[in-house]
Amino acid sequence: MAKVLMKGNEAIALAAIKGGVDAFYGYPITPQNEVPEYLSKHLLANGKVFLQAESEVAAINMVYGAAGAGKRVMTSSSSPGIALKQEGISYIAAAELPCVIVSVMRGGPGLGGIQPSQADYYQATRGGGNGDYQLIVYAPESIQETIDIMKESFDIADYYRNPVMVLVDGLIGQMMESVDFDKPVKERFLPEKDWATNGTMNHPGKRNIANSLQIDPKALEQHNIHLQEKYNTVKKNEVRYELINFDDPEYVIVAYGTMARICRSAIELLEKEGISVGMIRPISLFPYPKEAFAKIPDKAKGILTCELSQGQMLDDVLIANNGKHKVGFFGRSGGMLPDPEEIVEAIKNFNERVVK
Amino acid sequence: MPKGKLTFDHERCKGCGLCVEYCPQKILYQDKKTLNDSGYNIVSVSEPDKCIGCAFCAMMCPDSVIKVEVDK
Amino acid sequence: MTVKYEKTKGLTDKPLSYCPGCTHGIVHKLVGESLVELDILDRAIAIASVGCSVFSYQFFNCDAQQAPHGRACAEATGIKRVLPDNIVFTYQGDGDLASIGIAETIHAANRGENITVIFINNAIYGMTGGQMAPTSLIGQKTTTSQDGRNQADHGNPIKISEMFKTIEGVAYLERVAVNNPKNVIRAKKAIKKAFKYQKEKRGFTMIEVLSSCPVNWGMKPVDALKWIESDMIPNYPLGVFKDKGADDEKN
Ligand SMILES: Cc1ncc(C[n+]2csc(CCOP(=O)(O)OP(=O)(O)O)c2C)c(N)n1
Ligand code: SF4
Repeated sequence: MAKVLMKGNEAIALAAIKGGVDAFYGYPITPQNEVPEYLSKHLLANGKVFLQAESEVAAINMVYGAAGAGKRVMTSSSSPGIALKQEGISYIAAAELPCVIVSVMRGGPGLGGIQPSQADYYQATRGGGNGDYQLIVYAPESIQETIDIMKESFDIADYYRNPVMVLVDGLIGQMMESVDFDKPVKERFLPEKDWATNGTMNHPGKRNIANSLQIDPKALEQHNIHLQEKYNTVKKNEVRYELINFDDPEYVIVAYGTMARICRSAIELLEKEGISVGMIRPISLFPYPKEAFAKIPDKAKGILTCELSQGQMLDDVLIANNGKHKVGFFGRSGGMLPDPEEIVEAIKNFNERVVK
Repeated sequence: MPKGKLTFDHERCKGCGLCVEYCPQKILYQDKKTLNDSGYNIVSVSEPDKCIGCAFCAMMCPDSVIKVEVDK
Repeated sequence: MTVKYEKTKGLTDKPLSYCPGCTHGIVHKLVGESLVELDILDRAIAIASVGCSVFSYQFFNCDAQQAPHGRACAEATGIKRVLPDNIVFTYQGDGDLASIGIAETIHAANRGENITVIFINNAIYGMTGGQMAPTSLIGQKTTTSQDGRNQADHGNPIKISEMFKTIEGVAYLERVAVNNPKNVIRAKKAIKKAFKYQKEKRGFTMIEVLSSCPVNWGMKPVDALKWIESDMIPNYPLGVFKDKGADDEKN
């Protein structure tokens, strides 16, 4: 397939189809509505399942059911909707079922607004659901990258038997880019889903059960230890990030998604003024690319974390930096996007930005 | 000749007494002297000859304790 | 001699976790027997809900999933949509179905999801220790309605079968009780019919079962069954509320 011009949300939907999605369950919410709209047309036409649920709570539990049955399944939502899905997400993670959750962030808290935001970093990486669990979270910055990750995310979810979240914002959802859907996806060995609850006729002599209840504390702790071991493997194997302009930068910006795009422009402007600024662009938010921070030159003057929030990823930057460099913060929120010039100013006045 | 023969899986019994109550012949009783491993009084038949094989006892037993065989 | 009654292969050998004399066990047997008799056990998927029956995934001798509180019908929908030839059923209490899960249940019914819901109405929250359920009777004392449920503060007992009768997608709906052999036989017929309808892809089927909770009602098991007769059935009349199969035959 040659390159095509496509809107972000529709590209997410088509990439899911390319990734082999069998079923979609969701509930309408701006700014992700084109995802279900596109899928409703194209999944049903191909004999796959599309269902508009009565709520996000129901949708995520439909995902649980179909994932447990061994199918490739996804949902898509935005901030308040993702909040409602947390119950089901915790159960899915606990029962170790694979699925893909698209989160198109908008401004919060509460009903907030519908403009692009990154204020759901905590929601994605810390979870609003109960218990010690993790999602594998990717935050692409372009439509092409979103497509590549969407396609691969079903394999990753199956491989680890864990929910994968693709975290974008309304800007990526709404903008258009010329994209290629046929880039090859990394080959992974994916075993048969011999655990699927699809009737004992498919696995005679063995009952399959999808469950998160462990009433015996010893068994539950063992399960938690097992989950942590899995997350550690994910941390070892699935870290993704990009280093931009990293030959001897004076300052380093850390930004992801839409904010990283804006920072790219800021870096160019700063370059013209003779200030060399590099960028760590985390692509995986869990696992967080801590090792990238070791590559920051000792003599760099500081790290500026830029987010479309009041400072959430900042926590991970502080942990990764481990006190080595000064860390500053620049953020806009509520759906407000900064001009690159604001970031240029923030770098120039870095000392005012330093977090204590 | 009894029409029915009862066999009990005593270890499953929780001594709830529903079978005793719903036996139309009133031939079941809770054996106050015998406990199973879970500590429940098990159920016994006082007059096996009178069993009519209706299986009401087994039907009302929540724990699948009773097997009923009948002459055909 | 021939076997007239024995433990069904539709249930595992695991001893049930229910209190002595609790009729959850009777209903489990009826479900297990129906699945075996209709020869659908090996394609059945049970959805255990949250309540005393939370462990039912250990008891139904088929594949199973354990759903969050109230979400069983959503989970069942998710499965049934991707595995339409399997038999999917939920087993839910009245807190689970009629309170926290009412939305999921109504919408599954309204979509005519081809699933079977076994709805245990015991007029109380059993597992959490006897709190008031939406189905608790007026005057019924529970740990959260200690002077008895009253209409002004708590509303009236919710009549699920009467409500669901109005929903187009429902193919079969009956309220039964398991408080004596005659009613158990009727309950068995109803449950089996519901599964048969699912097998025939007729749509949403639900059997509301009036069931006992001797422990939280503070009664002996036998007295609890008598209370079903004297107090529950007058408030929750038994009978077939909807039968699309019979309606089809008439037309
Ligand atoms: C989200 C959530 N809220 C509350 C609970 C606590 N809880 C466990 S069982 C239960 C009530 C179950 O009652 P019912 O559905 O009537 O079933 P029964 O125990 O009577 O069989 C509640 C409230 C829970 N597990 N999850
Ligand atoms: S608490 Fe009530 S409903 Fe639960 S098992 Fe005991 S008797 Fe049955």
